[in-house]
Amino acid sequence: MLLEIDTVTKTYPGAARPVLRGVSLGLAAGETLALTGESGSGKSTLLHLASALDSFDSGEIRLEGTALSGLDDTGRARLRRERVALVFQQFNLIPSLSVAQNLAFHARLAGRLDRDWLAELTERLGLAELTARYPEQLSGGQQQRVAIGRALAARPALLLADEPTGNLDETASAAVMDLMLDLVRASGTALFLVTHSQAVAARADRHLHLAAGRVA
Amino acid sequence: MRRAALQALWSHWRRHPLQLATLLAGLALATALWSAVQAINAEARASYARATAQLGVAALDRLEAPGGPVPLARYVALRRAGWQLSPILEGRATLGDQRLRIVGLDPLSHPPMPAVQTLASDPEALPQMIAQGGLMLAPPDLAAALRDTPGLPMVRASAEVPPGMVLTDIGVAERLLHREGQIDRLLILPDQPMGLQPLDRLAPDLHRLPGREGADTARLTDSFHLNLTAFGLLSFAVGLFIVHGTVGLAFEQRRAMIRTLRALGLPMRSLTALMLAELVALALIGGGIGLVLGYLVAAALLPDVAATLRGLYGAPVAGGLSLRPVWVLGGLGMAIAGTLATGAGSLWRGAHMPILAAPGLQAWAERAHRAARLQALAGVGLIAAGLLALWLIPGLIGGFALLAGLMLGAALLLPPVLGLILTLGRRLVGGVVGEWLWADMRAQLPGISLALMALLLALATNIGVGTMVKSFRLTFVGWLDQRLVADLYVTARDDAQGAEIARWLAPRVAAVLPLREAEFQIAGAPAEVYGVVDDVSYRDHWPLIRHSAAGWDRVLTGQAAFVNEQLARRAGLWPGAEVRIAPGWALPVAGVYSDYGNPSGQVIVSIPALLAHARAVPNRRFGIRAGALPVADLMRDLQTQFDLPAAALIDNAGLKARSLAVFDKTFVVTGALNLLTLGVAGFAILTSLLTLWSLRLPQIAPVWALGLTRADLARLEIGRSLALALLTALLALPLGLALAWVLLKVINVQAFGWELPMSLFPLDWLRLLALALLAAGLAAALPARRLYRLPPSDLLKVFANAR
Amino acid sequence: MRVRLLLALLSLVSTLIAAPLRAQGYAGLGSTAAQGFATPERGVPLVFPRDHGPHPDYRIEWWYLTANLTGPDGTPYGIQWTLFRSALAPGEARGWQSPQIWMGHAAATSATDHHFAERLARGGIGTAGVKTAPFEAWIDDWRMAGDDGLSNLTLTARGAEFAYDLRLSALGPIVLQGDRGYSVKSADGQASYYYSQPHYRIEGTLTLPSGPVTVTGQGWLDREWSSQPLAADQSGWDWFSLSFDDGARLMGFRLRGTRGDFTSGTWIAADGTATPLSPGALRAEPLEWRTASGHRVPVRWRLTLADHDLDVTIAALNPSAWMGTRFSYWEGPVTVSGNRNGRGYLEMTGYD
Ligand SMILES: Nc1ncnc2c1ncn2[C@@H]1O[C@H](COP(=O)(O)OP(=O)(O)O)[C@@H](O)[C@H]1O
Ligand SMILES: [Mg+2]
Repeated sequence: MLLEIDTVTKTYPGAARPVLRGVSLGLAAGETLALTGESGSGKSTLLHLASALDSFDSGEIRLEGTALSGLDDTGRARLRRERVALVFQQFNLIPSLSVAQNLAFHARLAGRLDRDWLAELTERLGLAELTARYPEQLSGGQQQRVAIGRALAARPALLLADEPTGNLDETASAAVMDLMLDLVRASGTALFLVTHSQAVAARADRHLHLAAGRVA
Repeated sequence: MRRAALQALWSHWRRHPLQLATLLAGLALATALWSAVQAINAEARASYARATAQLGVAALDRLEAPGGPVPLARYVALRRAGWQLSPILEGRATLGDQRLRIVGLDPLSHPPMPAVQTLASDPEALPQMIAQGGLMLAPPDLAAALRDTPGLPMVRASAEVPPGMVLTDIGVAERLLHREGQIDRLLILPDQPMGLQPLDRLAPDLHRLPGREGADTARLTDSFHLNLTAFGLLSFAVGLFIVHGTVGLAFEQRRAMIRTLRALGLPMRSLTALMLAELVALALIGGGIGLVLGYLVAAALLPDVAATLRGLYGAPVAGGLSLRPVWVLGGLGMAIAGTLATGAGSLWRGAHMPILAAPGLQAWAERAHRAARLQALAGVGLIAAGLLALWLIPGLIGGFALLAGLMLGAALLLPPVLGLILTLGRRLVGGVVGEWLWADMRAQLPGISLALMALLLALATNIGVGTMVKSFRLTFVGWLDQRLVADLYVTARDDAQGAEIARWLAPRVAAVLPLREAEFQIAGAPAEVYGVVDDVSYRDHWPLIRHSAAGWDRVLTGQAAFVNEQLARRAGLWPGAEVRIAPGWALPVAGVYSDYGNPSGQVIVSIPALLAHARAVPNRRFGIRAGALPVADLMRDLQTQFDLPAAALIDNAGLKARSLAVFDKTFVVTGALNLLTLGVAGFAILTSLLTLWSLRLPQIAPVWALGLTRADLARLEIGRSLALALLTALLALPLGLALAWVLLKVINVQAFGWELPMSLFPLDWLRLLALALLAAGLAAALPARRLYRLPPSDLLKVFANAR
Repeated sequence: MRVRLLLALLSLVSTLIAAPLRAQGYAGLGSTAAQGFATPERGVPLVFPRDHGPHPDYRIEWWYLTANLTGPDGTPYGIQWTLFRSALAPGEARGWQSPQIWMGHAAATSATDHHFAERLARGGIGTAGVKTAPFEAWIDDWRMAGDDGLSNLTLTARGAEFAYDLRLSALGPIVLQGDRGYSVKSADGQASYYYSQPHYRIEGTLTLPSGPVTVTGQGWLDREWSSQPLAADQSGWDWFSLSFDDGARLMGFRLRGTRGDFTSGTWIAADGTATPLSPGALRAEPLEWRTASGHRVPVRWRLTLADHDLDVTIAALNPSAWMGTRFSYWEGPVTVSGNRNGRGYLEMTGYD
């Protein structure tokens, strides 16, 4: 198993009730998994825990066999840098860097920049004309394609995406989704996708639903 | 509704007490330093005004007899010819044990005088002053000292009389000065009758001297006050940077609330009015605190300022501070105006914000980028204008225009230059994090550039003023070594004892150098004329900056004179020219010597020449070259032999120490203001970083998510601040040196009448750099610590929430 | 009598030290004797020419001349020439040590213009003074000089905008006011020595900003000295010197006090015989008020004097004749109409 989540619980500081009450699931290498659930059901929270952005109360998460609960800040940062990649609904580009710099950023952080792969990604994402621009000069769909490009350029084992098309209109959303699924499958990357769209979810290998703090 | 809105607005400050404190602190600091300087200036100006008002010489033309008094009969004759004139008799005298200046005038004809008006409540005063035994007006300290002296007319304290002066009726003055029937000058009163005979026909032997445009002291000290005012404005501006930052932040953070209030139906107009009222209220509170602080600062600095003005310019300034309503209103006015000026932008942006759309944060940076080009042009233009001003406007004003142009222009140039450096520097750094760091600094620049400008100005001023003061001090020390040729200086009680001491000393020491002095009017101002004897120490050490062949020989044989640099510059008396000391006594100038710290002109001639032209020159002071004799023994012997008070003897080292102490005291104020501005600049950096904080998270969070720890980011945060401070400091160095050059070569010459060589003090620069880095580091430490402690869930909110 | 001058001289002292005059009241002059000043006594005969000269042992003294003049085209003018002496202490001393202070006021008034000037001088040094044999009174270049009988005088003064140079000749005798020159001026008994020469015929030149004018007319000289102040309640006065077309003259005044007005004066017949008015016989009633330099003053009066069958209206030639000197007051020429016609001078003080 690439990612194993085992009866994980999470309560935000100051919150009265836990968001997650013993969530368990597994994700194999190269597999795509869609997670749906109502707004506020804890989808993003689960994704953040899986990508070592935040810590959980009990249970365990294992990424390629490494238990996240045993990692300190540095360990988590290293894991984010080298093992996983993230695509968020918005705000995930670095505003002060150009598109080209953004695309290469994660891969360089991870220490495995592959220029050919990056060039191919840029081409396939339709960003070749835009590399000199800055994020604020791009449309929402373009920004999201940069984010996907940046994530995949790092050749992560696992791509975590949190409603990546939530900000886009239907056409753009479909195009971005197609592209992402194509690229993920082509590169053999596992995808953990959070979405509220049943249509999108249907295109994943597996589909789980989060409700009342548990997956079904 | 309005009430509710007010509550909502106010709740922001309750939730952000630190922000409120910062805002008030910024306002208070700005107002404090500004109003402190204003208070000091007002106090000093009032002192000058008192001085000139007492003398009544400020603007009136006057008649003088060249080289002597005007006889009383001349005055009467001129008045009987219809001319409206007022007589003044003036001189130095020792009353009791007080050496002081006596000014005698005719209260009937003299233009209105504040000092005499202080007697208003007492109808007996004028009879007492003119008729019944006389009345002397003296400043309070002097009045207290004179009151117990027997044989003097009645003494009255008056705060309106300048320090060291006694004001009295001319009839009393002529008795005290033993100059019956004499008048020094006649003021020509402004209102004259029609059909008068011209003065050059009635009194061709009297010289009509033009009134001064403002008194001399005012002109001299203008530079000092301009200096102080510049410091005050600088501090005010720096303080306003802080205000600008916090007000901007508060508006930024209340956007959502404002949108909600508007959506609930509160008109933008009322909202704007409410926020305006809020700003004014804050300005009044902050300004009020600032006024109290300013008063304290002024009260603490004033004695030193007074010492400076007395020491450097001879301008009498009392050490006490009085509270003036104008000052209070002015300070509050500045606080309100400054707050509104800095808050106006935020207010305007708020007022024009669409109800629904989210603000474009990045657009801000973009706008700043565009403004940068314009700013660079303006900066270059200002510097050019400053240079042009120096060239076109002669004198002090031109010098200060250059200073202003240089400083403002450089400040405006700073952001574009930093931007350029950061853009270029980005190419040089390797590593993805380094690359991001530079790009991020560049992006952060518009937000922090005001604070950096403040830092630049503070640093440059520090370097400039520091270089000036230290260069001056270095020159001064060297000059003291040359100038103080004797090992020991002694002052006798009177001429008889003086002669006795000289006789006693002659066989015991290497040389006895009498120091004899008389006052003359040279080139329209009082000047000291010293008589000296021939001595090798003079010839070897006297600090001549210009001299002609066989100078000393010609001076000592009464054929020529040396003049000090001030007089030379003021009256154009360089070697080759002739100095007119008295009617019928003019000598060629054989040389010019530097004479730092002396406000008045000075001339050196031989003693026989002096005695031939001046009456009653005291012979009480001597310089002694001890030769083989230990100075300490000589001092002890002199003291016991002649029963001299300790104050009558001072050795070379003691005199040097005392002179340097006076010198150092003179620049205490400058040092204090320097440090204060630097502190305020540091505070400005802190507040702008805090202001940027909420804007920073969206920039930092993605990087964190991509695999940097919070500790990494906090370190980078401090590094960034240090790097910006370092760059600013490096740019401040040439600016500071340029400032020093202008101060030494332009301002000093105009203000003091002497030019100084410029020395460089790299160790000071390093210390200042360290200080700047410390300030920047400390300023960044607080936000960095916050970042380090920030729970991940807070960082995650950036990805979760739409703003 | 011209009590105003007392205040004027007091004010000289007080304005120099900027004391508000009224606030100070008369307290400063409380004990004349204690300060060594002489006081007027009834029955002491005046001796001329000696008494034309100064009396330095008395606190105050003046030489006060007013004149009604006419230009060649009939334009009426008035001039004033006054020299006040005020002693800070009795007696005289040489040079700056002299306790005497001198003050001059001069004015030239037409129906449309009013120019005035003021001079201050110390005694003892020679910028101002009065001497006899021959008579000369001067302050700076202002001068009144002539023979010891004061029957022929020259008179000069000039300010920034006016000047005059006049010759005076007396057509009648000197008039002793009050009881042979001893003039009582309050119910409390304050008094002064007071005589006048009201019979001058005048000719000369008056220079105004528009140029010189040849003038002729008549003048009135007052001489008075004393050491005593007004009564404490008296706040101001209105003083008239009138010359009627039939040759008779009237000097009359009204002192305004909280204890009621006090009027008195002297009737001078055409031949120069003087009759003191009994207190209260003269009635003076303001008819019209105007504002002059910010002060409201009556500029038309009704004057009645039953003893001499007088009922006239007095009208100011120029209502704006305010003397803006250190001690300020109204003084200017007037015309007389009613059951007698004539000209004269009016002085009003205490109108704040
Ligand atoms: N950083 C956070 N701090 C505190 N509470 C949070 C945070 N993020 C989410 N929550 C709360 O946890 C719950 C689940 O949120 P989230 O995981 O974002 O739901 P979803 O992504 O399914 O809409 C919500 O009630 C939300 O308010
Ligand atoms: Mg979510």
